[in-house]
Amino acid sequence: MSLNLKSLRTRFALRFIRALKKIHHQEKSFNKRYYKVKVAADASMAAAVGPRRAWSRALLSRARLGWRCRAQSRRESVECWRRKRMHGHGHARAAEGQGQGQAQAQELRSLVPGGEAMDLQNLLDETAHYIKCLTTQVNVMRGIVNCCSTS
Amino acid sequence: MIMSSSCKLSLASSRRASEGEISELIFKLQALLPERNRRELRRVSKEESLREVCSYIKKLNKEVDDLSERLFQLLASTVDADALTIILQL
Repeated sequence: MSLNLKSLRTRFALRFIRALKKIHHQEKSFNKRYYKVKVAADASMAAAVGPRRAWSRALLSRARLGWRCRAQSRRESVECWRRKRMHGHGHARAAEGQGQGQAQAQELRSLVPGGEAMDLQNLLDETAHYIKCLTTQVNVMRGIVNCCSTS
Repeated sequence: MIMSSSCKLSLASSRRASEGEISELIFKLQALLPERNRRELRRVSKEESLREVCSYIKKLNKEVDDLSERLFQLLASTVDADALTIILQL
């Protein structure tokens, strides 16, 4: 799936600025603002991409369940850790057998939203798209910060 | 369900990617890394490429965190969010 970066940048920027306005007007608690900005950035990017990618679908469904579920994601990572501990030896055997970056692939799975459910080929494909979008997100956010800092 | 032989073939290949396909995908990922890292990756193992990709994603996420913090500080100051829209001409 080709990626039109210019159009993605605009779609993300529009959503993100709208979200920033809301946070600016609604959020009185300073502590929550930083977290809300970060969540708004990730959610705006996932919405700009839409459901056509597994990683954006994973983020969108997380948003629907409530980004406040840090507790849930903590539980998920504990579960993941427990699974790794239990099947650790199996993993080591698999790694010895294949030796094709199993540990690195596992780490990548934990970094790409929805990665745990993907086979290697899909994971690599999703990662490429995810990196392009993350880069766009960073560039737009940096642009906004620069604009505000100089104005 | 009647399937043509070519359809069956593509189904079979989609079940498990070949080493060549994986290598090509990793090569494409390398192309997304910053120039500095990419030059050193010309002749490295798949493991090393994946490691670089992971650390680049972590770096990008850290940048999002830092920029979010900066934006939060700017929101807390006198910046009008409507001015943002005008500045960016969107």
